[in-house]
Amino acid sequence: MLEVQGLCVSYGAVDALRSVTFQARSGSITAILGANGAGKTTLLRTISGLVKPRSGTVRFSGEELVGNPVENIARRGVAHVPEGRGVIAELTVEENLRLPTLWSMGHHQRQAAIEATFELFPRLRDFRRHHASALSGGERQMLVIGRAFISRPRLLLLDEPSLGLAPIVTAQLMTLLRDRTEGTDLTVVLVEQNARSALSVSQHAVVLNLGEVVVSDEASVIAADNALRHHHLGF
Amino acid sequence: MSLFVNITLDGIANGMIFAALALALVLIFRATRIVNFAQGAMGMITTFIASSLLGQGVGYWWAFVAVLAIGFVLGALVERVLIRPLQGKSELNPVIVTIGLLVVLEGVAGAIYGNSSRGFPAAYSQSGLTVGHTKIAFSHFDVFILGAVLALMIATLLLFRMTTLGLRMRASAFAGEISRLLGVRVGLFLTLGWALAGVAGSLAGLLVAPTSSFGPYYMDLVLVYAFTAAVVGGLESPVGALIGGLITGLCISYVGGYLGSGLQPLGALALLMVALMARPEGIFARPPARKV
Repeated sequence: MLEVQGLCVSYGAVDALRSVTFQARSGSITAILGANGAGKTTLLRTISGLVKPRSGTVRFSGEELVGNPVENIARRGVAHVPEGRGVIAELTVEENLRLPTLWSMGHHQRQAAIEATFELFPRLRDFRRHHASALSGGERQMLVIGRAFISRPRLLLLDEPSLGLAPIVTAQLMTLLRDRTEGTDLTVVLVEQNARSALSVSQHAVVLNLGEVVVSDEASVIAADNALRHHHLGF
Repeated sequence: MSLFVNITLDGIANGMIFAALALALVLIFRATRIVNFAQGAMGMITTFIASSLLGQGVGYWWAFVAVLAIGFVLGALVERVLIRPLQGKSELNPVIVTIGLLVVLEGVAGAIYGNSSRGFPAAYSQSGLTVGHTKIAFSHFDVFILGAVLALMIATLLLFRMTTLGLRMRASAFAGEISRLLGVRVGLFLTLGWALAGVAGSLAGLLVAPTSSFGPYYMDLVLVYAFTAAVVGGLESPVGALIGGLITGLCISYVGGYLGSGLQPLGALALLMVALMARPEGIFARPPARKV
């Protein structure tokens, strides 16, 4: 369970988030929707500790995250997949996958986890000793998703995972997310520009506009609200 | 012919020393995007400490090991105390701080030890080896230089390529923010990069001192040559530092041998300009990441 309470973030004189409050339940996907500049990416970066909020709290499983170093938040089971550039292009595919396991797993456990990731994304096995710079956009997205899951996160923050992917790949990704979340204790916060596909997999949705929460409700309710959809989500 | 051979051998020995200091510059540049202008002066200070230890009757090899360890600590301290607080501001600020540190270290060394040059012992004989019946310009000490710098290079490459520590160091250097999101203690590994650079710089200082006029400023010109070597090698690659060091060493050795030693700094400058015009990304720069 992720509880964000009264979160305010400013970049200089600009308010990026204004008293954002919402909850994300474990075992479910919560979509964060809204136009460019609504504060979606800032929200994720604040939860994972990359951005320090002016005020407000972020509690995960009852523990306060605000004020902790990024790497400590990651070690508590928070996996943040940033938008677009999450792959370390100078490392090989296998090295990318090993990185989040170095502090949490022994050798055998790590090998098994990497094998399991290759089972999930067989394309990655073919490139395991290649630099990640050799991967296509879709393969890079497989790598960052696989890398996020390999650390067995309890909270997964995904920033625009469908960006630049073909619709069929996006659909596969959303199915995978749902399979990995339902009936587990994983909490997923999914930031998406593509509101239609995000609403199709999420149970809950939060719509942001200019740093403020417009509405926070069941995904099905938001998908059925024509006026809201037209006004904030563009479909 | 023998002149050419001797000049070449001399260039290789000098080139290996430049490679050691270039490695120090590369380790720091690729981790923190800073050119550490104080790297030579840090090696100078640790070599003065070695000189003091030798003066107290400490054995050469004990002093050697102690000074490499001091270089490690000095590198880490400089990063933590002087460089880390400037993080996130202009990239120029830490570079200017390293120039300030250069001036301070040379001033302190001059105040404590005097500005005149003094002698520093070599680990092995500096008279040329005899091959057949001819004496060549390559001494036991030059063999030691070759071996010591090669050992440093191989150890660095093994660390980066074969160990999880090296994997974390590379990840921290290449993609700090993403590495932190994956739970890597990036700050620690950047400090470690500076510490290892301190070791390489200390080694260079110890190797240069016997063959130069050892004093507060004896590393200044070596730093210029090492910087040339690092740029020729691409500023990011340890192998590039080695190759760049050898190219620079040979280049200034030929300039010195055939044109006169006063022209050596100009030779390095010419090499730097040719390298920047012909291959500005360096010989061993990593391939640009594919944009998708």
